[in-house]
Parts: sequence; C-alpha cells; structure tokens
Amino acid sequence: MKSFLRKLTGKHEVSLAIIMILMFVIIDILCGGTFHSFTNIKDIFRNNALTLLMSLGMLLVLLTGGIDISITGVLAFSGMTIGLMMKNGVTHNVFLLFLIATAIGTVCGLINGLIIAKGKVSPIICTLGAMYIWRGMAYIISGNAWASAQDVSGYSDFGKDGKIGPYIILGVAFILFIVMMKWSSFGRKVYAIGSNREAARISGINVDRVQIAVYTIMGALAGLAGALSVSIYASAQPNMQTGKEMDVIAACVIGGVSMSGGRGTVLGTLLGGIFYAIVYKALPLVGLDSIWQNLIKGIIILAVVVINVVTQRAMKRQNLARREI
Amino acid sequence: MKKLLCIALSILMIIGMLSACAPGIDKSQASYALVTKSAGNPYNEKEAEGFEKVMKAMGVPAGNYIIKHPEAATVDAQINVINSLISQGVSCIAIAANDANALSSVLKEAKAAGIKIVTLDSDVAVEDRLTFCNQAGVTQVAQALVDAVYDIAGGEGEYAILSATSQATNQNAWIDAMKAITASDSKYSKLTLVEVAYGDDENQKSTDQTQALLAKYPNLKVICAPTTVGIAAAAKVLQDKGSSVKLTGLGLPSEMAEFIGDDAAHSCPYMFLWNPIDLGSLAAYASIALAEGKITGKVGDTFTCDMENSPYTLTAVEGTTASEIILGAPFRFDSSNIAEWAKVY
Repeated sequence: MKSFLRKLTGKHEVSLAIIMILMFVIIDILCGGTFHSFTNIKDIFRNNALTLLMSLGMLLVLLTGGIDISITGVLAFSGMTIGLMMKNGVTHNVFLLFLIATAIGTVCGLINGLIIAKGKVSPIICTLGAMYIWRGMAYIISGNAWASAQDVSGYSDFGKDGKIGPYIILGVAFILFIVMMKWSSFGRKVYAIGSNREAARISGINVDRVQIAVYTIMGALAGLAGALSVSIYASAQPNMQTGKEMDVIAACVIGGVSMSGGRGTVLGTLLGGIFYAIVYKALPLVGLDSIWQNLIKGIIILAVVVINVVTQRAMKRQNLARREI
Repeated sequence: MKKLLCIALSILMIIGMLSACAPGIDKSQASYALVTKSAGNPYNEKEAEGFEKVMKAMGVPAGNYIIKHPEAATVDAQINVINSLISQGVSCIAIAANDANALSSVLKEAKAAGIKIVTLDSDVAVEDRLTFCNQAGVTQVAQALVDAVYDIAGGEGEYAILSATSQATNQNAWIDAMKAITASDSKYSKLTLVEVAYGDDENQKSTDQTQALLAKYPNLKVICAPTTVGIAAAAKVLQDKGSSVKLTGLGLPSEMAEFIGDDAAHSCPYMFLWNPIDLGSLAAYASIALAEGKITGKVGDTFTCDMENSPYTLTAVEGTTASEIILGAPFRFDSSNIAEWAKVY
C-alpha cells in the first residue's frame, strides 16, 4: 500500500490533478458554489471540446519531437468546406459531413507528414506554411462570407447544448488513444522515436512512416474538430478558432508533455486540457474585469507549470532519499 | 546548377511581383482605396460591395480603386496595408479603423504624402482624418439599443452588454452613450446594467462570456450585444438553453435569421443594423467628393449623390469642430422582415 502511494505521488498526473482540484475548489468558493454545477461542468467540456480533441493529436506530434501549428488552419478549411456544402444544399447528412471534414483533415495532415518526413523540412516551418495555406484556402472558398446558423440548421443539432454527440466523440477518442499509446506497437514506436530517434531507427523502426502517420492523425483530428466546431457554434467562418493552436499546445505542456519529445501521457494531456478549460471558464465568472483576463490566464498557466515542475523535483528527491536508506 | 536555380527563381519572383502590380494606377486621375477591418467577415464584404458599386457607377477605372481586407482585425495588419497604399500613391483612403489611436502615426504619414483620409464604420482621432462616414449617429444607435432593452425587459430589471474587444472604438462609443442615456432619463431608472463583458469577436470566448453572464446574474433579463459575432454566439447559447433571457443588439440579418422571432423558442425578438452596402457607398461618394474638391471636410459642407438621404451635410461630431456624415437612423429587423433581409446580407 505504501509503495503504491509512493508510486502514485511520484507521477506528474497526480500532482497536476491535486493542483487542479485545489483550483476548482477555490473557484467554486469564489463563485459562491455555482461552479461545480452539472450544467457548468458540461459547458466546460462542450465549449473546449475542440481543444481537448486536438490536444490528443498534438500529444503524438510533440512526442515525436515535432510540432503542428497548422491545425486551426486545417480546422477552418474543413469546417468552411462542409459549411458551404450545407449552404449550397449539397447535403445535410451529419455523418457524411463529419466524414468529409475528417477526410479533408486527413489529407492535409498527410501532406504535412510527407513534407516533414520525406522532405526533411523542420515541422514548425512546414506547418507554419500549411497554416497560412489552409487558412487562406478557407478564406478563398468562403468568398469572405459565413455559413450562418440558418444554413447549418439541422446539422448543428448534433452539437447543440444538451445533446451528447460532442461528449461521445471526446470519450471515444480518449479511450482509443489510451489503448493505442499503452498497448499498441505504434504507440511504443512514437515514444521510441521521441526519446532517441537514432536508436529507434537502428532498432528497425521505420521513423518516416511513424512520423507521417502522426501528422496524418493530427490532421484527421483537426478536420473532425472543424466539423465539431461548425456544429457546436452553428456557424462556419473562415477566421474561426484563429490562434487556438497555442491553446492546444499549452494544454499538452501543462499536462506534462515534453516539447522536446519522448515524454507525455494521454491522461496528462486530458488533465492539461481540462485545466485549461477550467481557467477559460472561470475567468469571466469570478468577477475579474474583462481586460485583466488574458494577463491572469497567462500568469496562472506559467504558475502551474512552474509549481508542477518544482513539486515533481521535490517528489523525485524524496523518492531518491528513501531509496538510499 | 544551384546558381542557375537561384537566378531562375529570382527572375520568376520579379515577374510575379510585376504582374501583381497590373492593372496599375492611372496617375492622370484620382485613385481611391478602401481598407476594411478584416477579411472573412461578411459585414466588411458588404461595405466593399457598396464601395465598388459606386466606383464603377462613377466611371472610376478598375485600376484606380483598390479594396483591401487586412488578414486580421488588428492595427498592425491595417498599418501594413496603409503603408503599401502610401507607396502606391493613391489620392484618397477610406478606412474602417481597428483602433482609434494606434493608426495615428501611419495616417499622419499618409496625410503628409498628400493622401486624403476618410473613415467609415469606426473612427480614428479626429485630427487624423477629414471626415467620418457614420453608419448611424452614436446617440441614435445607443437610443435604439436602450429603448430595445427597456421594451424587452418590460421597463425594469437587470441587463448586460456583450461587446467585441475592450478597445473597439464604435462599440465603446455606443456603450458610453447608452450609459449616458440611462443615467440622464428617469424613465430608465429601473434598468440596471450589471456588466459589460468582452467576447473579442470570437465564437468560443463569446459563448463562455454569455454562459458566465447567465450563471452570475440569475435575475438577468436582457443581453445587448452590439457586435455581429457576439450577438450570433449569444443567440445560440440562449436559444439552445431555452433561456428566458432575451437578446437584442446589432447583428447581420443573414446570420441572425435562425434566432429572430417573437415566441419563446427564439432568443432575439428584434435587433438593429444599418445597411453596410450603403455605408460603403457613402464612403465612396465622400472619397470622390473630397478628391474632386467638392467638399473639404469642414462642418457645413454638402454634397449630392445617388442615395436615399442625399444631399448629405457634414455635421459636427459632438463636442468638437470635426465633421461627420451620418448615414441615417438604424434599421430594425424583426420577425416581419428578417426573412426578406436575410437574403440581402
């Protein structure tokens, strides 16, 4: 039992979870006990479903030591495409539209993967270009117009408040990723490449293929997030979710994913994403003046990362000291 | 081989740059530019449409009017655009400003280069422009919004405002005027403004802010959102929840058609806007009148044009000697006319 506890407290996820619960309680007190309501928690997940979903793909990319900042561009392009399909009366089939958006994302991701793995272009440069290309494409196909709530009416019922669609997608995605990262050979290969690319290559892992797969999965999730965004916000706009890629990366980093690759877990990413979502949700609620909210958000994020690193180090030291005795 | 490739690429780039310049500006006559707030917003697109329509109707050659949508709704993006317009040497720039003060230095540069500056939609500091095409007088808009809040709330109760960014010029002017109106007339004494929230014209943030308003103020009756993205996001939140809180503000008819109606199932009984096409047209006429010397930007100047309220007279901006041109009173959209207007813009 004692060793189990020790093992548990040595984990990054545990310290993060403790910080998060503390924060949740403080916010709840500040809000007069309204923060832990079912509706509020539901809203937290629904309004941050896109960040949570894409953070899974970002986890893979970061694990290989890469980065993908084109995701919101891909999201806008796929979302805008299906928005326009509805606007022009092509189809209103929810399943088909989700499939199309995901397929578009998959192709965008595949292109990123090929350029990075085969073209040996650094991931940040490649995806920077891709970010502008897909965002630009979203503007071009939209002709500077939106697909409005009326255009996507019916389809938007899927992500409507009170419907379980978005939660199911999130749940399934997280379970799939937990299984994949823990028990599939692909998951282990991703970790192997991130920890030591050369060693992974020598031991017979096809590094290029894994890298391509990682960016393709990221793209697919971004495309899926595009479909989800149109559904949740009942509107497709070419500038939708601009800048949110940073939220996704931040969620991963808060969750303990290393920017240099090889370290990070699905559970940590989930916690990081939820942490971020709570901050987003809480700031307008606790009675802070609006113009202060960005500043406070930045301070909280930095503080949590620092606190987490410090507690981690303390725990490690403690564990080491115990071992010496 | 590498050298050859380099040379070939350089030549290609130069050709590309040259071809991008055509059709060039005909320097023998006046040339005009419109700078909107950002790309990707149908409202700005409609302004551009009105501007272009007038340019064509007035016989300005295609190369002599330039319409620029900056890639983001930021000052930096607009500064870049204006810098390139200065080097192209246009005669007149009409701009919908993303910030009242931050554009000052670049606009002074433009003025020094002999360029005439007109603002539309969102003004800059008055000394940096000749006149301002005001979509609707600040007080008229504020009065309409306050009356709507008063009417929908039933004369008393709590209301909140969901704005765009905290430094958006026109939103802030309307909100200040709303506060002044409610403070000065005892008719509105039972209305309480609980909060001004900022959704930054982002869907996700506007959604969070709307949900926060609902959670924080259980007695809230009305939300007033004087911004197109904010009102659409708030309308969606309220309608999905089946909330008893009602919405009004300024929004695009096509984006809001789904949410406007008098029954409990719709979140917005009515809202207002002006016609952005007409605003773009007015800016175009004002630009031409300035370039041709028919007006100089002084209060009291008048000019005629092919629009409903013509002739237009330049009136003084409240508390200053600077001029503005007011397009007309804001237009009300409700269940009786929304279907028709949703098709227009």
